Amino acid sequence: MGAVAGSDAEAAIEAVFRIESARLIAGLVRMVRDVGLAEELAQDALVIALERWPESGVPDNPGAWLMATAKHRAIDLLRRRTLHQRHEDELGREASARRARAGPDLDAAIDDPVGDDLLRLVFIACHPVLATEARVALTLRLLGGLTTGEIARAFLVPEATVAQRIVRAKRTLAAARVPFEVPRGAELAGRLASVLEVVYLVFNEGYSATAGDDWMRPALCEEALRLGRILAGLAPKEPEVHGLVALMEIQASRAAARIGPSGEPVLLLDQDRSRWDHLLIRRGLAALERAEALGGALGPYALQAAIAAGHARARTAAETDWDRIVALYDDLARLSPSPVVELNRAVAVAMARGPRAGLDLVDALVAEGSLEAYHLLPAVRGDLLVRLGRSAEARSEFERAASLTRNEAERKLLLARAAAC
Amino acid sequence: MRFMIIVKATKDTEAGVMPEEELIAAMAQYHEELQKAGVLLDASGLQPSSKGARIAFAKGKRTWIDGPFAETKELIAGYTLIQVRSREEAREWAMRFPPPHGADRDGVIEVRQLYELEDFGPSEAIGRFRDLGAGPKK
Repeated sequence: MGAVAGSDAEAAIEAVFRIESARLIAGLVRMVRDVGLAEELAQDALVIALERWPESGVPDNPGAWLMATAKHRAIDLLRRRTLHQRHEDELGREASARRARAGPDLDAAIDDPVGDDLLRLVFIACHPVLATEARVALTLRLLGGLTTGEIARAFLVPEATVAQRIVRAKRTLAAARVPFEVPRGAELAGRLASVLEVVYLVFNEGYSATAGDDWMRPALCEEALRLGRILAGLAPKEPEVHGLVALMEIQASRAAARIGPSGEPVLLLDQDRSRWDHLLIRRGLAALERAEALGGALGPYALQAAIAAGHARARTAAETDWDRIVALYDDLARLSPSPVVELNRAVAVAMARGPRAGLDLVDALVAEGSLEAYHLLPAVRGDLLVRLGRSAEARSEFERAASLTRNEAERKLLLARAAAC
Repeated sequence: MRFMIIVKATKDTEAGVMPEEELIAAMAQYHEELQKAGVLLDASGLQPSSKGARIAFAKGKRTWIDGPFAETKELIAGYTLIQVRSREEAREWAMRFPPPHGADRDGVIEVRQLYELEDFGPSEAIGRFRDLGAGPKK
């Protein structure tokens, strides 16, 4: 590849770095056993690339170039540290000896064809010893290559907060002496759940973004999808990874149909399905198939994906296979019960068996109380009451829902529904 | 952001000549890299224009015209759809595309960005839905 012209050079080089940085950092983590140091070395390699490549051109294998450059700096650094350590207190000798035996892998191969390094990095960034926000920030930084500024704008927090979270996260990992291994056996399920939780959290932040938000927020959906797809390649035998990817692909497919002209959220059943992205639906259905093909009962992500797929397959709301969706919600409610799951189940039951059956379930939720402040509970109740011809009661439910929502356009819609009763 | 990488046709692709082993391997390797990076959305080769057709719109009429079509340079032989975070990333991935007709053959690929929904105005379809009595209730 030839030399890159002028001011475009920096942007082009940074794009290359963005593509290569996760694997670069992952390989360096294996070498130096320290996340913070690995990231610094990667950044150093980028600085050198920014100095050299505008003249020499982007190398044919930029990943290998960056790794070789970072590795040389790592070797220098570790030699200096080892020398320094020899002058240390004798008490430190045992620890040094242990470290030297475990030793950084100075002759580590540049390539990581199986992807173990990257997978290791994913598990480290999402380690349960870290608070959730720390895991999210560290994952987006190390695996997403997002700047602290971008993460801050995406999560609506100050940049300094994000920077601190990341610094502290690295310190916590070092202090906890987190082993740099891919978890196995009994530990794997829990650690994987932690990873999937982080990815889905990022997705939902993006999914919940509204029209006026910084463009970094909807971009979170794409980033989560990208991370999920990478994970599916790194851990192809894990059905819940495919389940999560399927869920995200199908949810993302509705992005264009979810917001109405006044900025109000449009419910699934009211969406213009011609605006669904059928490429993403096809990808989601394929991912769901992979989850199902791995056998065993569907986990919570795969179940949610199967429900989403049930909707995605129906050309119109009326053609939805509601019995199948109710059965899936029954499984989900058993596996991973929550009031919101129960509410969605009630909507499905009402579609499959009539509003009376749905209302019984909704009334039980009202009595249970945990969704007291959730505007969709009275909205659903109002909808069912309309279908049962109980207009006066429906009106007060819609008014209650309007008072609970923070979305102005949605509030107007709910008040309009109330007035129409 | 989504981009389409388009492989232009050649006499060979139009003649349905099977690509050589090395080219197939290079293409598979490249698309695997796209997949591993979470960037690949879709990709496919297109059959020769002899198996295709055109529809001409003229004077309010449509005419079906069977291939093949002579102007090879105007034809496409395949596409790859990618999802990336910037134009520069699209450029970098496109620059890594293997020579599309073999390592020692000339060729051209084209890179085009897809329109996204933000590029269009507020949804008229929702308004149409409303008028039908379907869609969000007033």
